Amino acid sequence: MADPIDNPVAAADTALNAEALRDLEWSLRKPRSLFSYAMSMLTGAATIAALLPLFSVLFLLAKKGIAGLTFTAFTTLPPAAMSTGGGFGNALIGTLVIVAIATFISVPVGLFAAIYITEFAPDSQTAKAVRFAAKVLTGLPSILAGVFAFATVVVVTGGFSAPAAGVALALLMVPTILLTAEEAIKRVPPRMREAAVGMGATQTQVVARVVVPTALPGIVTGVMLAVARAAGETAPLLFTALFSDFWMSRTAPNFLPKTMADLMKPTASLAVMIYNFSGSPFENQIAMAWSAALALVVIVLLTNIAGQALAKRTSSIK
Amino acid sequence: MSVVGPGMAQEIPAAGGSVSVMTQSSAHDISQPPSTFDIISDRAFRRSTLIIAWFVVALMFWLVGSIGKQAMPAVRAYGWSFLTGSTWDANKEVFGILPAITGTMYSSVLGLFIGTMFGLAIAIFLSEGFLSSGLEAVLKAVGLDETRPWSALPDRLEDLLKVTVELLAAIPSVVYGLWGIFVVIPLVRPSADWLHGHLGWIPFFKTSLSGPGLLPASIVLAIMVLPTISAISRDALVAVPPKMREAAFGMGATRWEAILAIFVPTAATGIFGAVILGFGRALGETMALAMLAGNANVISWSLFSPANTLAALLANHFPEADAIEVGALMYAALVLLGITLVVNVVGTLILQRADASLKGLR
Repeated sequence: MADPIDNPVAAADTALNAEALRDLEWSLRKPRSLFSYAMSMLTGAATIAALLPLFSVLFLLAKKGIAGLTFTAFTTLPPAAMSTGGGFGNALIGTLVIVAIATFISVPVGLFAAIYITEFAPDSQTAKAVRFAAKVLTGLPSILAGVFAFATVVVVTGGFSAPAAGVALALLMVPTILLTAEEAIKRVPPRMREAAVGMGATQTQVVARVVVPTALPGIVTGVMLAVARAAGETAPLLFTALFSDFWMSRTAPNFLPKTMADLMKPTASLAVMIYNFSGSPFENQIAMAWSAALALVVIVLLTNIAGQALAKRTSSIK
Repeated sequence: MSVVGPGMAQEIPAAGGSVSVMTQSSAHDISQPPSTFDIISDRAFRRSTLIIAWFVVALMFWLVGSIGKQAMPAVRAYGWSFLTGSTWDANKEVFGILPAITGTMYSSVLGLFIGTMFGLAIAIFLSEGFLSSGLEAVLKAVGLDETRPWSALPDRLEDLLKVTVELLAAIPSVVYGLWGIFVVIPLVRPSADWLHGHLGWIPFFKTSLSGPGLLPASIVLAIMVLPTISAISRDALVAVPPKMREAAFGMGATRWEAILAIFVPTAATGIFGAVILGFGRALGETMALAMLAGNANVISWSLFSPANTLAALLANHFPEADAIEVGALMYAALVLLGITLVVNVVGTLILQRADASLKGLR
């Protein structure tokens, strides 16, 4: 470095540098730093504000719902107008039965389609079409799934039923299961497949004994997230399962449905019960809506968190 | 067609050359050519996955077809006047969905506007690691940044925040509706009444809030589209190539100069796709609107007026509809399906385009 006194060009350069350095200095006196700081604060405040509803919902659920969440609530029928007590036993079982039917339909469809588009023909036009269809179906309004089930099941079988609701929810679950299973299967290292092929396994054996078992945690995560979403859906149930004030089974002990006839009739669900009671003028029914909402949110959040925890644990496998 | 031909397994040890006799015999126990049963089941399985893959594609067309078929009689009977009429009276068999269409659009745009503001803020907050870097600075100031339990805190909290935002999407919409009735409506009512009283000449505040109305419904709607928008925009922001980040900071840009001039424009297509998909969600969201919008066939600019939407119309009328009304409702469902399908296809295509356009930058 030349001495600045000897070299005027270098002196100007240093002065410039100093000015440039001052320009880069981080100080709240500078408008650009201040702007940056203010925007960071604003973003933080907006994030916190956006999360307030979640805490407000959870707080109110705990405050208003916990009183009604007794053991009898799980074993009794919904309260009629003006009556006291009651519970949501039939609605809880209805929700479980409907979601079970939906899972039974959607898991094979989602998984098989995911296997085809990842293992058998990953770059084919079919795979592209399936991926596109799944993405578009993800955005399908849930009420239209109900309309579809109404048109294809309720109209054909001649009445509201649990399987009709199951079909509606299955339509909403398939894209989630398919897309998460695809991601999980893609993460299975190619060398595991190659090893199996080298042992003389057919493609089916590779899929059934190597790929699916390895990707299983990821697949289960997708299924659990889909189940959690389906359990909370209300709109598709309104005119597929309708509602019922009675137990599913006509014969004692009347918890679970025992025949097809028990299934093929209007079925209660937690979500529809909350909807029906939310507009009720009776204190007891509103209190029961909060208790049912608490039960539903606990089920949904536990399934969701368990699914995400599973995903986190398996994402470390390379 | 199968990749593994019979006999291939036996060739492998031979090709190895130096493989000892012992491993060859044990390899023979483990690896063997597929039996006829294996080959047949392999073909059957692959065929069945192909059929199911096409079934998923067909599902989309089946959906349109079945709703369209049920709606056909009503489409023929009412034609275009169905879209422009504003009365819904099952007793007189007069059906019009104009108020529902305008209500759907108005509430969705309003909900989307609020949801995008907060959703984008969350996406930036999470993708730029504000929480962890802020906490790190605080810890450094206190001098705890290298002490064991504290040093892990920023990352832990960042993870916790991510999970919390995702949980926002996990709460069932009917629970948000219940919460809206007992929290949001009482909360916005005083300010709504004040606005109506003092600024009633503005069309937005023309009516008073008498309970359910467009604004509370849109606020709850915003909460429900927010996770969609924040998750997809966050993905878009994270996908901005690291070298662009480094270049921006290397040139001395402040954090927000870099965000507003580099990151957001680069991720703009992805963010736009997120907003479109959020719009699709808002258009089809049912429960919040059925519970909070008031179910009234009114066309009004007022934020506090009760309104109706296509989805809420279906939810409210379908369970007790007779055959003629079901036909009209199917027509309304077809309109909703048409709008949401277009919006979702456009959103998906935009996201695909966004992904492809980033490829050159990586």
